[in-house]
Amino acid sequence: MSEENDGKKFMFVNRRAPYGTIYAQESLEVVLIAAALEQDVSLLFIDDGVFQLTKGQNTEGVGMKNFSPAYAALGDYDVSKLYVEKESLEERGLTLDDLQHLTWEDEDDDWAEKDSIRLVSRDEVKKLIEEQDVLLSF
Amino acid sequence: MAILHTVNKSPYEKASLESCVQRSDAGAAILLIEDGVYAALAGGAKADLVKAALADRKVFVLEPDLKARGLADQALIEGVESVDFDGFVDLTTQYDQVNAWL
Repeated sequence: MSEENDGKKFMFVNRRAPYGTIYAQESLEVVLIAAALEQDVSLLFIDDGVFQLTKGQNTEGVGMKNFSPAYAALGDYDVSKLYVEKESLEERGLTLDDLQHLTWEDEDDDWAEKDSIRLVSRDEVKKLIEEQDVLLSF
Repeated sequence: MAILHTVNKSPYEKASLESCVQRSDAGAAILLIEDGVYAALAGGAKADLVKAALADRKVFVLEPDLKARGLADQALIEGVESVDFDGFVDLTTQYDQVNAWL
């Protein structure tokens, strides 16, 4: 159980690239529902899931909805833990600078703006997964 | 007979590109579309697949799919050529057949 509230710890595990399949967009929708129900929500981005957070996505040329701006709104829903696996980024030739700069405001720290994305190692991912009450995989 | 091969899957998730590279002949072309465009990233661990193909085949990447994925400013593997949808259509007419590696 979370210390913050009576809710369970929910982790959304994102392993797919955006647009090629519907998984990324579906995950985001369920994340917002869980957040609205005031659960302790975190997101994990591993494998091709790290591609979901690239900045500068522009879908005008492919006739699809660009849902990437929604990640920037997660902080407003008190979703402040976006774990990105370092090894997955590196394997794909990406760095943190290639991702959106996502933030949240900490009400316990005079609404200080803090980074939502936390780079974690593969070893740390093992521990994070173990800590959860509910894992939802997309 | 020269074939245009299209690959629409990420090389990190499926072996579609690897299958294509191993089974396409010299003179063929490979066009990376949809999630296939991730294979064109210069710094990627799977870059060797495209580099191997470039030895005797042309490799194209669909620009609108790169842009959708936020990769427009990323460095691509040297020798990979970008095409738009009109360029895609031109390629289908320049080659004798199109083969999709799904």
